[in-house]
Amino acid sequence: MSNRGYVTVEGKQIPIENEKNLLELIRKAKIEIPTFCYHSELSVYGACRLCLVDIEGMGIQASCSIEPKDGMKISVHTLQIRDIRRTNIELLLASGNHNCATCVKTGYCKLQEIARKLGVKEIRFKPTPAKQGRDTNSHSLVRDPDKCILCGDCTRMCSEVQGIGVIDFVGRGSKTQVQPTFGKHLNEVECVNCGQCSRICPTGALSSKSEVSQIWQDIWNEEKKVAAQIAPAVRTALGEMYGLKEGENSTGLIVTALRMLGFDYVYDTSFGADLTIFEEVNEFINRFEKGRNLPLFTSCCPAWVKHAEHCHSDLLENISTCKSPQQMLGAAIKEDFVRKGGKRENISVVSVMPCTAKKYEAKRPEFSKNGDPDVSNVLTTMELARMIDEKGIKFLELEPSSFDLPFGFKTGAGIIFGHAGGVTEAVVRYVLGKVSPAADYRPVCKVLQETKELKELEIDLAGKTVKIAAVSGLKNAHKLIKDIQNGKKYYDFVEVMACPNGCVAGAGQPVSNTAKDIKKRAEGLYNADNQTQLHKSQDNHYIAKFYEEALGETGGKKAHELLHTHYHNRKRIKFNSAPAAADKINIEVCFGTSCVLKGAKKMLADIRKYAKDNKLDAQIKMTPSFCFEKCNKGPVVKIDGLTIEQATMEKVEAALDLKTKASVK
Amino acid sequence: MSLEKLNDIAVILNEYDNSPDKLIPILQKVQQKYNYLPEDAMTFVANSLGISPAKVFGVATFFSHFSIVPKGKHIIKICDGTACHVKKSENIIQAVEKKLGLAPDRHTSADFMFTLECVSCLGACGIAPVVVIDEEVHPQMTPEKVTALIDETAAKEKANVNS
Repeated sequence: MSNRGYVTVEGKQIPIENEKNLLELIRKAKIEIPTFCYHSELSVYGACRLCLVDIEGMGIQASCSIEPKDGMKISVHTLQIRDIRRTNIELLLASGNHNCATCVKTGYCKLQEIARKLGVKEIRFKPTPAKQGRDTNSHSLVRDPDKCILCGDCTRMCSEVQGIGVIDFVGRGSKTQVQPTFGKHLNEVECVNCGQCSRICPTGALSSKSEVSQIWQDIWNEEKKVAAQIAPAVRTALGEMYGLKEGENSTGLIVTALRMLGFDYVYDTSFGADLTIFEEVNEFINRFEKGRNLPLFTSCCPAWVKHAEHCHSDLLENISTCKSPQQMLGAAIKEDFVRKGGKRENISVVSVMPCTAKKYEAKRPEFSKNGDPDVSNVLTTMELARMIDEKGIKFLELEPSSFDLPFGFKTGAGIIFGHAGGVTEAVVRYVLGKVSPAADYRPVCKVLQETKELKELEIDLAGKTVKIAAVSGLKNAHKLIKDIQNGKKYYDFVEVMACPNGCVAGAGQPVSNTAKDIKKRAEGLYNADNQTQLHKSQDNHYIAKFYEEALGETGGKKAHELLHTHYHNRKRIKFNSAPAAADKINIEVCFGTSCVLKGAKKMLADIRKYAKDNKLDAQIKMTPSFCFEKCNKGPVVKIDGLTIEQATMEKVEAALDLKTKASVK
Repeated sequence: MSLEKLNDIAVILNEYDNSPDKLIPILQKVQQKYNYLPEDAMTFVANSLGISPAKVFGVATFFSHFSIVPKGKHIIKICDGTACHVKKSENIIQAVEKKLGLAPDRHTSADFMFTLECVSCLGACGIAPVVVIDEEVHPQMTPEKVTALIDETAAKEKANVNS
């Protein structure tokens, strides 16, 4: 701890440690300064003008944007500051539509909270009429621009943390708005539905799209059975809504509450997670043995999958074809119901997820059979609490109960899916458990690197080293993919979770979450894992039974039909490229103007010559291609999906060498 | 998106070293070429520079110099700054709107020949009211003079087509 002097806050000396700004330092002095636009995980923006303080000699300043300096004297609550803050809130309340009673964020809204804390009792300004409608076209999120206070939190979350930047400021001055690209609807742009924007939005301008009404309809429909499935991360977060400690496991109470709400069956998505492990590991080992389509990327996270479809369409072959646990379980529940004599349309599956992207996933056409979706509706953790409250169920006074069988049975491996790195650990447990069934389930592997966002490890599989990475946060994922494509990193298996820290920090979880709360939720999952008797997916005998009765072999025909899926290219600008030759090494050289100017023609000729000299002609199919949209990194060459940016003959030769050796092997 | 358009923009991008810092001059060049910023062009620029299309759209909507809707071949700028306003620029605006069939939310004529822009002060208050058609400044305008100018420009255009 380096002491860099003191700042006097309200007459009290506070040492400067590593605080980046006055706001953090004042908070250390146990004074909560109100703010909308300051978040430690995002860049400093200084837009909301609420964190004002009076600095001796400098006057009134936004504390988020001032570096603490030795000798500063600060007042946090003067007549002037009070006036400015209250006026700011009044102005915000006067513009747009802030009707708390009908707002989805009521109770969790920062504008509401700060107005209350500052004692704003009247709005002296003429209200500006609400002029824009809500955007409800997305399956996951609702955007209500009339509730937007232009703090910019969502835009920075989307670009800085997720690296997508699909919403941004549009226009200028009093006409400024936050809008998706080109003023389109959210579902028409590259939004991945992760909902991190709605998690951070201080008002109801961005929120998850509730399906509560449709779910009640299904519950009241006497001809219909309704099955619920709950995701791992929900069980250690829902309790927060009722005053339980962060990370406290309330699975038993949730199951009872779901039954009281009228669900006929209550199942556990962790069963789906265990099932995913069976299929995914089988797929991985197949690919690993053949050396094809590696690394294998996980497909559990629908936001990641959609992001890949938009921005990494060259990786679609690498993404596991396994459905996510939610969709696997949805398909399994329906299949089981039909197999036992029921009609498919007479059962609907509702899943409770920590996630907004799962709502979109459930609506993907791949996950429907004759228009009937495997998962009919998705509730977020928060929305389940709303349903519990709506029916008046006293959550904390309930007696815990257990899941229905068979789909309520799971191992610890299926529970830890809810935290970043959990899928990876479950895979490792399965693989190592196959090799030595008697060994401790806790994986013995070499951890190469472990940070909050990235975990790299190695395991030994039949004498070969398997390199594994687990990454969370799409911007981090993007960086990792670049490293892989540039040949800086090599992995055989990569887990990607779109939200930093994984599902425990999903956008459907209770709003007031700090890094500490999220850690507690993850710890709660690992505690739950410790408390279960079984820890490896292969020990889930109900899955073995399900294979025996309904699915046949792991990775077999029926399993494929029910549990696997496919992906689409969703690139913004589409071009047709020549069909690839399956038995050859496919080389594409970008012939966009930019690459041509940077020597693509010579590159093509050089590669041809190299192939001829090394007698590789027969093995290689070479095509000039339309623009790869990487003009700033030209010339670009693709070898069997591997993109070489700023290509030189050395890079191409090295990549070709690897390829030819691999095919000889 | 056509290959031709793609190549045109790629040339512009190369001129500016594909640098995201040069976004504004790149957009200016693109606008020069197409009279406005087409959506696919903005997307392509964004993809090539490695920034999000929403950011490009944000820049394009921030500066009034950029247009995201197609503009006419000839741009008529009518000054409505204080000096011109006092000298009845309002009447000139109305005359042009009537002549070209425009409305407050429609600034471009149906044949995409003319676009009307009302601007605040062109810095030529001494010769108010001022109208600028394309790059040419016309002093002390009246509704009659401005309609005559429009006819003249349209006639020239017709002659060009016929020749």
